[in-house]
Amino acid sequence: MSIHSSRNDFSHPSPSEITPKRVYEERRDLIKLMAAGAAGAALASWASREALAQGAVGARPGKLAALPGAKSGLAGAATMEKLTDYKDASSYNNFYEFGTDKADPAPNAQRLQISPWSVEVEGLVRKPARYTLEDLLKLSAQEERIYRLRCVEGWSMVIPWVGYSLSELIKRVEPLGSAKFVEFVTLADPKTMPFVGSKVLDWPYAEGLRMDEAMHPLTLLTFGMYGEVLPKQNGAPVRLVVPWKYGFKSAKSLVKIRFTEKQPGTAWNKAAANEYGFFSNVNPNVDHPRWSQASERRIGEDGLLSRKRKTLMFNGYEAQVGQLYAGMDLKKNF
Amino acid sequence: MKLPSFKALLLHPFAKAAVFGLALLPFCWLVLAALTDQLGANPAESLLRALGDWTLRFLCLVLAVTPLRVSTGTPALARMRRMLGLFVYFYAVLHLLSYSWFDMGFDFDDIVKDIAKRPFILIGFSGFVLLTALALTSFNRAIKLIGAKRWQRLHRLVYVVAGLAILHFFWMRSGKNNFTEVYVYAAILGSLLLWRWWYRVKSKPG
Repeated sequence: MSIHSSRNDFSHPSPSEITPKRVYEERRDLIKLMAAGAAGAALASWASREALAQGAVGARPGKLAALPGAKSGLAGAATMEKLTDYKDASSYNNFYEFGTDKADPAPNAQRLQISPWSVEVEGLVRKPARYTLEDLLKLSAQEERIYRLRCVEGWSMVIPWVGYSLSELIKRVEPLGSAKFVEFVTLADPKTMPFVGSKVLDWPYAEGLRMDEAMHPLTLLTFGMYGEVLPKQNGAPVRLVVPWKYGFKSAKSLVKIRFTEKQPGTAWNKAAANEYGFFSNVNPNVDHPRWSQASERRIGEDGLLSRKRKTLMFNGYEAQVGQLYAGMDLKKNF
Repeated sequence: MKLPSFKALLLHPFAKAAVFGLALLPFCWLVLAALTDQLGANPAESLLRALGDWTLRFLCLVLAVTPLRVSTGTPALARMRRMLGLFVYFYAVLHLLSYSWFDMGFDFDDIVKDIAKRPFILIGFSGFVLLTALALTSFNRAIKLIGAKRWQRLHRLVYVVAGLAILHFFWMRSGKNNFTEVYVYAAILGSLLLWRWWYRVKSKPG
């Protein structure tokens, strides 16, 4: 780095002397990381330091096959908050095909067959295709994205996902101009999913996004978490993660991605349209009819005696996704 | 041969203390689990739910006392009724306390707003208010003070509490569309109430 005085107005640095944006951003991240590490030490919170170290160097839980991802340079893709413990993230799940209690999926999902697996991409696209999981895994470079996850029930986690922007896949299949929405259909196999006979929801569980939401770089086609392939209870082998929407929008164990002109029906919207909208963006100002959405409990961090934290607009991703909803009445389009 | 020995056990001086200890076990277990981080990923939620479950279980137990006493001819069971009733209140107080503390951080503004916002909390809270009236009039002198007839009428409110408790539970579960447990408790409480109705009709002269 060279230093220039103001007296010498005409001496500009040559392009080679300018610190590239990526480099100085990485330096800043490093400083932030060190600061966070110091704060962790001051609090004598070993768990926090461990989690930070995990995020930084990718120490794995050692439960499943490794799936490394390069650190993502995307804005909003690497929150510095303390990671949720892998144990909590893989044992406190909503995956109704395996039971409605959050402790149900971890034991019940182990019967799920994830190999062979393929995802059908169809509908209003020039190049419909059936992708095997192996094709999908190498379709684009795997990145690590550390996102907040906010459940509609009022709790949240911070999870390092591994995957790539869904837009990479969408570009490959070349959507037609008439494609306005993307529907995500998940597996519904009564043989391995004990609750797929129940009347709780319409099976298969389906979700949907508007095309611009699906194309947003933060929307992640996800294959792993914590540096390993996804545990079955977390939606193996491939799921969606849409960090600015309530968790149920991030459909698990995808088998079909369909491009449509009309807004697709979505599982929770069909079950209770007045409670779960199509958009379901995280919004502290629009309460669920039966509870407040203004605050949330961070799993593993907000202990018994600590106050819940305030929920952020678009789950803290307003800078990245706010413009998608410019001019929309978010109270009506909840 | 068996039944008299059971009755004798109930009349034993330590019988009440033993039931007291047993009824306190869930509480001790929950405290221990909370202190040793055994309550899972969301300890506040599991504590709140477990305390609600135990309130409902003790409500079933206390309402089973009279049908059991009459149908098995075990008058000694009546000795346990007030204590079990007070345990319903004990777990209800802890349930409300853990909601106000762990869920709402004792922010009374938020609590009032939450009660108004969520009908199922209003229903649960109404049940708690009624239970408070019963707990406050549970000592012997209260019967004299109020008059036995009126006291009995007041304490029949426990049936209303049972209805409110089931509605509270049903409404809370409606988000998950999962009512199996609700129906189990409703069936238990319903059959206990049905027995009472049947017994009244049967024992009426003529």
